Amino acid sequence: MSSIPNKPIAGHRGHAPEIHAGHGHHDEGSFLAPKESLAKTVMSWVWTIDHKKIGVMYMVATLFAFLLGGLAALALRLELLEPNILVNGKMTGQLFGDLTLTRADGSSTTITGNNIYNRLYTLHGAIMVFLFIIPAIPAALGNFFLPLMLGAKDVAFPRLNLLSWYVYVAGGVMAVASIVMGGVETGWTFYTPYSSTTSYGATTLMILSVFVLGFSSIFTGINFVVTVHKLRMPGMGWFDMPLFVWATYATAIIQVLATPVIGITVLLLAIERVFHIGIFDPALGGDPVLFQHFFWFYSHPAVYIMILPGMGIISEVIATHARKKIFGYKGVAFSSIAIAAISFLVWGHHMFTSQGEVASVIFSAITFLVAIPTAIKVFAWVATLYKGSIAWNTPMLYALVFLFTFTIGGLTGPPLAVLSADLHLHDTYFVVAHFHYVMMGGTVMALLAGLHHWWPKMFGRMYNENAARLGCLLVFIGFNVTFFTQFYLGLHGMPRRYATYVPEFQTGHQISTVGSWILAAGLFTHMFTFLASLFGGRKAPDNPWGSLTMEWDTETPPIEHNFHHEPVWTHGAYDYDDTIPPRTREGEWPLPPPLPAGAKAH
Amino acid sequence: MSSIQIGQGGHGHGSPGHGGRQRSFEGLPHEHPKVASHFRSLEDQNDAGKLGMWLFLTTEVLLFAGFFCSYAVFRMLYPAAFHNASHHYLSWKIGFANTVVLLLSSWTVAMAIRSAQLNQQVRIRLYLLITILCGLFFLIVKIGWEYIPKIQKGELPMGLYSYVHGEFDQEPLFLSIYWVATATHGLHVLIGVLLLSWLLWRSTKLHFGPRSYLALENVGLYWHLVDLIWIFLFPLLYLI
Repeated sequence: MSSIPNKPIAGHRGHAPEIHAGHGHHDEGSFLAPKESLAKTVMSWVWTIDHKKIGVMYMVATLFAFLLGGLAALALRLELLEPNILVNGKMTGQLFGDLTLTRADGSSTTITGNNIYNRLYTLHGAIMVFLFIIPAIPAALGNFFLPLMLGAKDVAFPRLNLLSWYVYVAGGVMAVASIVMGGVETGWTFYTPYSSTTSYGATTLMILSVFVLGFSSIFTGINFVVTVHKLRMPGMGWFDMPLFVWATYATAIIQVLATPVIGITVLLLAIERVFHIGIFDPALGGDPVLFQHFFWFYSHPAVYIMILPGMGIISEVIATHARKKIFGYKGVAFSSIAIAAISFLVWGHHMFTSQGEVASVIFSAITFLVAIPTAIKVFAWVATLYKGSIAWNTPMLYALVFLFTFTIGGLTGPPLAVLSADLHLHDTYFVVAHFHYVMMGGTVMALLAGLHHWWPKMFGRMYNENAARLGCLLVFIGFNVTFFTQFYLGLHGMPRRYATYVPEFQTGHQISTVGSWILAAGLFTHMFTFLASLFGGRKAPDNPWGSLTMEWDTETPPIEHNFHHEPVWTHGAYDYDDTIPPRTREGEWPLPPPLPAGAKAH
Repeated sequence: MSSIQIGQGGHGHGSPGHGGRQRSFEGLPHEHPKVASHFRSLEDQNDAGKLGMWLFLTTEVLLFAGFFCSYAVFRMLYPAAFHNASHHYLSWKIGFANTVVLLLSSWTVAMAIRSAQLNQQVRIRLYLLITILCGLFFLIVKIGWEYIPKIQKGELPMGLYSYVHGEFDQEPLFLSIYWVATATHGLHVLIGVLLLSWLLWRSTKLHFGPRSYLALENVGLYWHLVDLIWIFLFPLLYLI
């Protein structure tokens, strides 16, 4: 390339599109390129302030946490394959026997099999929530793609970004250490008095790990808010930003405003455990329900920290792979902000059985409001699909899975928001199924959509499409078999967090356990597909999906400083009607035929 | 991009009479603030730094909100015990002295920033020094006149409480909140003193001037917040 174009390459209708033939400039290598020696390569990751490397490091760490939490879930389901019943004086159906631990001073303690089950579901919940699902999308994919989508060279505070990763790892090590050092049997919600007086595990360490992880989340949140405010490329206004950026921005605001409250909550709880300050202990005049208020003031908004970035991914994936302008851009953008705002006003719906009646009525009413912005998004996505040119590839399949499972998750929310129904469903498998449909059927499906969508850009390799489709099918079937059954079990009164059950529930539990195996098979299929693509995958073109967002308008994988030239905003992120995608071959992504005179686009 | 911005020079380099040290044009560190490559201009970088600081301060407010919320709940549940405890265990005079000192330090840190904007190098150091001394005074009074006597008398949080003249069962709960809230606040004062000392050291290297005072301003904001939290803790714990 002799002439260096100054603006991003995006051909508009009527203009001859400028095409990047191959990889023109090689003044800078890919961010993944190894350095002169192995030691230097390692150090280039250890001390990196490149948001892309930090994003990849977050991705590896969070997916490892997903694996750990997932294995715990498989063990839980295995324990529930059979009820624990006495047959001829002998207990059958137990996966875990009693375990005797000997301390250094010679004294010993025995943990029953049921108590091991308690530790395992706490492990599963705490790891999945704090180490996987909260950071997975914003800190991994958000870190990598938010600056690219804005046309920025990095996030606003790169060193803070690196610090956030190390703090996350420190918190993760503390969490895992607490499991090795005796485990935690309180459930991931750490309700007092379970966590303050009756817990004998390494609860203090686990609580402090949540405190530490909070810092990591706050650092990421501050970074993203400032990045969106200050580092948008010239010409890009607020309403030109891709919807993933809007969703991540709303998430970052929740991270900044909610996380300090869990910080002070777990700090007070840790001090309570060590010094018995009595704030949560009714025997000393304290109030255990105050803990629940504090806890859910963070942990309910945290639910939207988990789901909002996933919704952002779905907006990108559906618009790109249906080649349609997103329906109701501003509605989708503002609904993210609305969800963030309402999320702070509904924490009491976790406490219908422990707080006053008037408070419950008010929280119940506000809770229904959440359904409005959420439904706006779902309708906008469906309307975007309408008459779109849908590609049946894995990202799109996962977006469709998301629409299906997330809608079930969403619609099973109102029965729990209704006070009379919730009194029956509270703490049953119905709740378990509901939040797995939202968290796994929503966030994890969106994460998988995003991983498949952006994988070629991140690592420069295509994955085997058919293997990924097979994985998607297994995940879809396995997920629904596992969790739909649990709605049924919950409606019939199966309480959550029990290692055993009455024999009537056995069929349901067995179906659910078999489903967990199918689900695991699907997820491992994805793992191997991704690993195989790294080592033997076809080289990915710069813009394999013909997308219009900015992250595709650079090399694959991106160069260290993201773009060869400072990008300028020239075309809408979703203008598929009249923009030829950047960095694609001529005729690869033809524009739709012009509409007849007088016809309206929508 | 950034080099253009830096090259445009600053305000009042040539004009005399700003007090402080006047040197030749080049060579003063504060006249060439570094602009990181991902920012388009020094203004953008400063704005980003300040916005980041405000967001961080928001998280601090929410952190302390936990104490204020607990205080409100238990004050409402046990008004007599809390009223009695506040007058019995705490001396408003000590609290008042610390309030005055912190308010003074808020003014001096603001003046340190103003001095940087006016390029009055000596005054930057003077005001920072006074601020640091105020912070230390606060901590010494807190520890020497409150914490240590309280530990000796057993006026401690619930689990460690061994004071024998308490009148209400819930008085230790008041002390729990007092200890946890003031200790957390004291830790913030200590961090503030350390940050201010770091600024003082930097100011001797002439890092601050009309074009370069973001760090001063951000630490100043933090210091104001620490002050503000005390302004709320003082009446709630000592007066009412």
